[in-house]
Parts: sequence; C-alpha cells; structure tokens
Amino acid sequence: MSIIIHKNTKILVQGFTGKIGSFHAEEMIKYGSNVVGGVTPGKGGMTHLNLPVFNTVKEAVDETGASTSILFVPPAFAADSAMEAADAGIKTCVAITDGIPSHDMVKIKRYMRRYPKDKKMGLVGPNCAGIISPGKSMLGIMPGHIYKEGKIGIVSRSGTLGYEAAQQLKDLEIGVSTSVGIGGDPINGSSFRDIIEKFENDDETIAVLMIGEIGGPQEVEAGQFAKENMSKPVIAYIAGLTAPKGRVMGHAGAIVSAYGESAIEKVELLKECGVTISKNPSVMGETIKKVLVENNLN
Amino acid sequence: MDIHEYQAKKILSDFGVKIPTGGIVYSPENAENKAREIGGSKWVVKAQVHSGARGKAGGIIICNSPLEVADATDKLLGKKLITNQTGPEGKIINRIYIEEATDIKHELYLGLVFDRSSESIMVVASTEGGMSVEEISKEKPETIIRSKIEVAVGIQQFQAREIAFGLGIESKLISRAANTIIGCYKAFSELDATMVEVNPLVVSHQDEILALDCKMSFDNNAMFRRDEIAELRDKTQENSNEVYASDRGMNYVSLDGNIGNIINGAGLAMASMDMIKLAGGEPANFLDVGGGATPEKIVKAFKLISMDTKVKVILVNIFAGINRCDWVAEGIVQALSKIEIKHPLVIRLAGTNVEKGNEILKKSNINYIEASTLEDAANKAVKALG
Repeated sequence: MSIIIHKNTKILVQGFTGKIGSFHAEEMIKYGSNVVGGVTPGKGGMTHLNLPVFNTVKEAVDETGASTSILFVPPAFAADSAMEAADAGIKTCVAITDGIPSHDMVKIKRYMRRYPKDKKMGLVGPNCAGIISPGKSMLGIMPGHIYKEGKIGIVSRSGTLGYEAAQQLKDLEIGVSTSVGIGGDPINGSSFRDIIEKFENDDETIAVLMIGEIGGPQEVEAGQFAKENMSKPVIAYIAGLTAPKGRVMGHAGAIVSAYGESAIEKVELLKECGVTISKNPSVMGETIKKVLVENNLN
Repeated sequence: MDIHEYQAKKILSDFGVKIPTGGIVYSPENAENKAREIGGSKWVVKAQVHSGARGKAGGIIICNSPLEVADATDKLLGKKLITNQTGPEGKIINRIYIEEATDIKHELYLGLVFDRSSESIMVVASTEGGMSVEEISKEKPETIIRSKIEVAVGIQQFQAREIAFGLGIESKLISRAANTIIGCYKAFSELDATMVEVNPLVVSHQDEILALDCKMSFDNNAMFRRDEIAELRDKTQENSNEVYASDRGMNYVSLDGNIGNIINGAGLAMASMDMIKLAGGEPANFLDVGGGATPEKIVKAFKLISMDTKVKVILVNIFAGINRCDWVAEGIVQALSKIEIKHPLVIRLAGTNVEKGNEILKKSNINYIEASTLEDAANKAVKALG
C-alpha cells in the first residue's frame, strides 16, 4: 500500500473550472487519478472535462462518493472552501493555494477540531505540491513522470526540492511509495510528524526521506517521534544553511525566529534523534542508497 | 510587512492601550513646535526606522528644551541609522517622533506571536523590559510568562489578569494592565498581525501603564483585506532591489556575497545557496522566480540580478516540472537577447526534457557554462569567480 491516496481514491477538484484548477485536473486525469468531478459555486450542473460540476462539496460527495479533494481556490476564499470540505465529510483535502493568511489557517485548524477523530478531515498543505503515489494516483501539481514506483516515502515542505529528490532517486533506480508535500507556510494542515507516522504504518514503505528547511519546530518534533516510535530509517536534508536570521526566505514559514529553527541547529537536533543527515541537497539519493545498503533493505 | 513605532502606537491607542503624548515631525522647526504643543519639560526624540536597538545606535535622544528637540531632530533627519539589526548599510531616517518623557517606575516586556507548535496565539511577558526577548530568554528565563490563547474565543479577562499578576503589578493597577494586554491581543487578531511587541511596557510613577515602544509586523498574505495597513508600508526602509522584486511578484532577499542566483522554488533556492556556501562561495541573493519560470519571469529575474553591483557570477538553476526545460531554455535565450550580461553565467537545468533544453542553449550564441547537478553548478559558479 501507499499512504493517503491509492489507485481508486475518488477525487474532487475544488476550484475546478478555473484556469489553474482545469490545467492540473487534466494532468491528474492523464496520470490515471480517479477524478470524479469538481466544485465551483454557481456552476453546478455544468460538465467540465467530461465530469460533473457541483455547487457545494456536500452535493458532490453525495453524488460521487468522493473521499478526497484538491483545492485550487484563490487565497481570499480558500479557508472557506477547506472548512466546507471538512463539513462535507471529505477525509483528505490537499490545499495547493499559496498565500492563505495565517489567521485563516489557525481558524481552519480550530474548525476541524469540532469533528470526532473518525470523522475529522486530514488537511495537507497549503502552499504545497500535493501528494503522489507513483503508478497509482496523483493528487497534486508535480510532474508525475519523475517519480518511479517503489518503497521510499518522501515528505517535503518544498515542492521543487521534493522533485529534485525524486529525480535523484530515479537516476539511482530507486522508487517512491508516496511523496507528500506539506507546504511552506508557518501554519499547515499536516506536519512532518503526521506524515512519517503514516509511513511507519505503511507496509510498502521501507525508509523515509524528510526534506525540511529553516523555521518552525516541525522537523525536530518529527525527529523526536522517529526516535521514540519508528522502526524504519529516516533520512533528512534541511535547506537554508546560509539563510540570515529573521528574514523570510520565499516560503512564509521559512524564517528563523527562535532557537532550534536554523538549519545548523535542526541538523544537530535531528542527529541526536538518530536521523541520518544528507549533508547537501545533491546527495539526497546517494544518502538513501547508502542507508538502504547498511540496513539490508535494498 | 513592518511598520514604524509611531504607526504601531497609533494602532494600539485605537485599541485602548495608553501611549505617551507625541507626534510625528519632518523638520527641526516642526519638532520645536511639536515639543511646545506637547508641553512639559522633558522630551524624547526618536528616529523612525524599521529596526530595534535604536537607542544604543544613537537614534533616541532625551532633550530638556524645545530648542534641544530641534537640534536633535536636525542631527538625525536624513542620516542613516546603523543598528545591530540593520546591517552595515543602515536605514535612512526620514521621520522623527517627538514624545513627552515618561517617569518610569518599572519596565516590562509584552509580546504576541503565533505559536507554531500549538497553532494558537501566544502572549509572552516578562518583568525584564528593555532587554530583547532573546536576551531575556538567555539571562532571565525564569521571568518569562507564556499564555496560549484559544483563537476561537479570544483572550479572556482572567488570562490577562493572570499575566498582569505574574508581572507583579500592584492590585490597584491590575485591571488597567489587563485591558492593555487585551488591547494588544485585539490589535494582533483583528488586523492580521504576525507580531506585536511592546518593549518596554512601563508602569509610571503616576500609576499609568504605557506602551513606550512598539514593533508590529503583518502578514503579507493578508494585505488584500487590510488596505489600512498596506498603506503604512514605508519602502524607504527596505532594500531597493527587494522593493523592485516584490513589486513584480518575485521573492527576493539581498545577501552579502557575490554569486547571483536565479532559481525556481523557495526550497531549491535555499538548497542552491547552501551548495554555493559548501563550495566555498557566498550567495549575493535569494531569488525564487516561482514554479512557472516563464520567459517573462526569467527576463525580470536577469534584470533584477544585473541591478546588484555585488554580483560577479550568475547561477541559474531551474528544475522544470510541469513546464519543460526546452521552454525554460527558450526563455533564457530570449531574456539574454534583451539584456547584456557581463558576468560569467552558469546554467543548470533539470527535470522534464533536460536534453532538449541543453541543446537549445548550446545552439544559441549565449556564452555560458553548463552544469549537470546542484553540486556541479555550485562548484562551477565558485570557480568562475576566478
């Protein structure tokens, strides 16, 4: 098995009829993802890309039985759409939108807590590349062909660095079980810890690559979780060695504001947790290969 | 986005926080008149720049007459203030804030930030005002009070009271202090702030609770619904190349090195900078041209990098995903037909159609150095420095 999305996962596209939503929905369909329809308020009843358009997520879920959604709604309306998905019974929502205000993210997360655990939606992103389970399903905006099917779990804040890793692995003929982009925002739906826990419980995944960067506590929290709870090896690369303190480096969340948030500090803290560090971004693939050999996993 | 002290204080005052009487001036004559208007016998002349630690840098002057206020204003206006936070280039002083001096009994620290672990708003307070929060956590960590606020219901009176009692405030002033804390919380939560820092918050000998200095930052992503905050932006306080970039939708941070970078994706940009450092070089900038990396964006990026006089070598690193290397290569060729680049240029393309992309570059008349991996690109860029 892969994590979060599988071959038959039924997918809805929120912001379906817009330019960006349409483009990526088509790419996902071409990849083989089971896209069953989309939601654009006011355009219900239309057909788009040969699929039904609904006014509300609730209606779309009732009609199609979709469990998963991907969100391309502009920042000003994204929080509302995510909460609508949570209320309609969507199990996983991937928010691609870049630029959602932090106060809105806090609100979404607070809103999601009103549902009991078995009914609670998992949010991935925002400001992320999405999720791909190579050969099965793509719920994101990544170039699907650079991912080889296999057994490494990837979780990354950055989109392009995740691609870089997938390409390096493919060049070494190593494949990926699932790759999850958790996004570059300071407040996000799923943390590194949330995702690596899923990889630990996934039969197919044998090792996990975590691609972090400066800012926030999530890499180190995941390292501590790995130390206490994981049997599978975790390899990490942390970007931003040269980033100055107190400056936002592109991603809203990439800012060093406290101890433990710089790249050097994160690397030290992760090493203490037994995580293998890829010493630079050019050797993520090689580092994984080495760990696989050392653990007789290849 | 950062704003000036006087703007932050005006906001706090609108939320019921008491501030010393003061006003903004743009000339020494202005300043003298303002001092008389404020009245009293002692004034503080404060340089308005986007930086802390202004006092130590000579940006805050205490004066005993309106004439002294005029002199101090004359001394500061138009100068660059260099603090330990501005970097060696400093920041220009275009505005001066004149304030009545406060008769200080205690200096406290009050700050509000997002707590990324608990995803709530955190109030941080300490009895050790006047020091930076980093200094307080290093030297007097036992004085720090932290209180997490549930955003759905907002701050409650009892929480504000607990903080006030924790700061050792006299009983008769507790409700005043609590209202000050609540005012700061409301400003934070109602205006899409990412940081509100009152340092120091003071108790005066006249039993007033006053915000003596205040820093505020706001969420750039929320500016679409915060016109009143967006218009407080002072571009003279930002690096001019950064302003040029942000006005054109690019993520750019100016750095001290001499290798200019054009990269798509924030993570890849940070990673490329790291590789440059590991190869023995120093990046001149962080620049994320975005996932699209369209020809238009590449042209803009080359223009931006050529504006930076520190740059001696340019490194282009594009991982083409949905867009393809051949399109990116065409964009680069197009860009370089429009602007002349005098410095050595290293280009690394990766991802979709990389062979085609490299072929297009080779066939063009661009003078460049081809690189294959991240490491190769960084090594070649450092080598090209000579």
